[in-house]
Amino acid sequence: MSALLAVERVSCRFSGLLAVDSVSFSVAPGTIFAVIGPNGAGKTTLFNLIAGVYTPDAGTITFDGASIGGLPPNEVCRRGIGRTFQIVKPFPGLTVEDNVVIGALLRRPQVEAARAHARAVLRRLDLDDKRSQLAGSLTLPDRKRLEVARALATDPKLLLLDEVMAGLRPTETDRMVAILRGLNRETGLTILLIEHVMRAVMALAGEVLVLHHGAAVAQGAPAAVVRDPAVIQSYLGAEAVH
Amino acid sequence: MSIPGSNLSARGAVLLAALAAALLAAPLLANDYLLTVLILILYFAYVGQAWNVMMGFAGQLSLGHALYVGLGGYVAAVLFVRFGIGPWLGMLAAIPVAVLVGAIMGFLAFRFRVGGVYFAILTIAFAEFTRVGFDHFSYVGGSGGLFLPVSQYSRNDLVNLRGNPTMFYYVMLAFTVAALLLCRTLLRSRVGYFWQAIREDEDAARALGIDTFRYKMIAVMISSGLTAPAGVFVAFYYNNLFPEQVFNIARSIEIILAPIIGGIGTLFGPILGAFLLTGLSEAMHEVLSAFGLDVPGAKQVFYGICVLFVVVMLPDGVWPWLARRLGVTERRS
Repeated sequence: MSALLAVERVSCRFSGLLAVDSVSFSVAPGTIFAVIGPNGAGKTTLFNLIAGVYTPDAGTITFDGASIGGLPPNEVCRRGIGRTFQIVKPFPGLTVEDNVVIGALLRRPQVEAARAHARAVLRRLDLDDKRSQLAGSLTLPDRKRLEVARALATDPKLLLLDEVMAGLRPTETDRMVAILRGLNRETGLTILLIEHVMRAVMALAGEVLVLHHGAAVAQGAPAAVVRDPAVIQSYLGAEAVH
Repeated sequence: MSIPGSNLSARGAVLLAALAAALLAAPLLANDYLLTVLILILYFAYVGQAWNVMMGFAGQLSLGHALYVGLGGYVAAVLFVRFGIGPWLGMLAAIPVAVLVGAIMGFLAFRFRVGGVYFAILTIAFAEFTRVGFDHFSYVGGSGGLFLPVSQYSRNDLVNLRGNPTMFYYVMLAFTVAALLLCRTLLRSRVGYFWQAIREDEDAARALGIDTFRYKMIAVMISSGLTAPAGVFVAFYYNNLFPEQVFNIARSIEIILAPIIGGIGTLFGPILGAFLLTGLSEAMHEVLSAFGLDVPGAKQVFYGICVLFVVVMLPDGVWPWLARRLGVTERRS
């Protein structure tokens, strides 16, 4: 099966710092793929390279059969990659519904059609009852779900989630995990997530990539990766496996 | 209860109808002085609405909108004085000129990622060097000004915009209503949503597939084009144009006060702001005159106090607050 997203020997340098060092991986359609690693490992930079915020200094990024490395973020989204931001970026002065309508308008030029789609997405993300609130007034867990809803409304083939569980209580995490798993199962949505919350990674991901100092140190099934000595040393700490 | 297809409540619709009737009947009741004040109010409501497209909808702060007023005025006035072309045709020429200049400025700013405060400074710079340029542009009279022929008119000539204040009042009223309807349509369309996304968070907007360069360009071009007819009106109403006055930064600041007071990004904000600001400052002038006082700069001090009051007490502007109090629900969008 050909990969939906293929990252090949991608590097990104910020003057002296090699933030992403020749990283390669591929994500098969319909799967959930997680990128983990300690703070400063280059996870978000890797995301921003895929999403078009940065241009790779070396390597290629192929999505759905076409090279997307260096395309601007709006074009990447148009090709079918939706993303969330680690530090959530809602449109605070607009209602929850209008936030999602804006995402839906990408592929539905008619406002009414976009609104109908936005309502469906909001129901899916358990935000239907908050849709006429201003996005700026939401609590963090709701903002995180709004972030996912807005990206989802653009009808992506691949959803990039940058630490959507961070700052959530365990019950909120489980709720998000259930929503994402449902999306993946029912719509076949491919998901690439960066996550620190191992509870969520273990529950969701079919495959895990571990980054450390910008380089891939391990890749494989979650259960195997967490037993890898290199991963334990660089990221999880010895006590995590017991 | 609300009116289908709008976000006005039934009470809001009644109030709107009453306001429309009052504005239509005003020339029958008002004396000449009051009528000139009303014309001024409508003028500021109109240009405020045009400015609001850029700042209120798309979040791009222009502090140089006098540029488009001046260009609109000069283009139509020169065509009239030199070639005998009437103001309506002149307006058709003035709008593309203003759009073109707005597009050049927008392209430079957005292509080279000049944003925020630096964008605002760029808008001032464009207005300022145009002012200096027109000061030395002898074909249009340079700093000595450009004058339209003035004589007593026995009847109103709408085709050439020559007539008494009542005619100018209705012309300005029509423009203000048209601008309101246009902005309402824009705000509720796809482009309006994309503008608001850019205003709220440009990175997030781009991540949702919005070509922010393109939509910011559209905002600048619509805003500048919409401002130009106000310049045509100024030229034919006052019958003179001086670069020093029409392109002055003080004019640009006056343009933005009404929407700030009324509520940036709202549809009725610029209109309410114009009524409050111009209405109250003229009333204050009258009161001072009645006491035999002529205080230079009193108007500017008054404007300053108004802005201060709104910024501190009602940072969203007076309209969102008033709309809630009156029960005419307009979403702040």
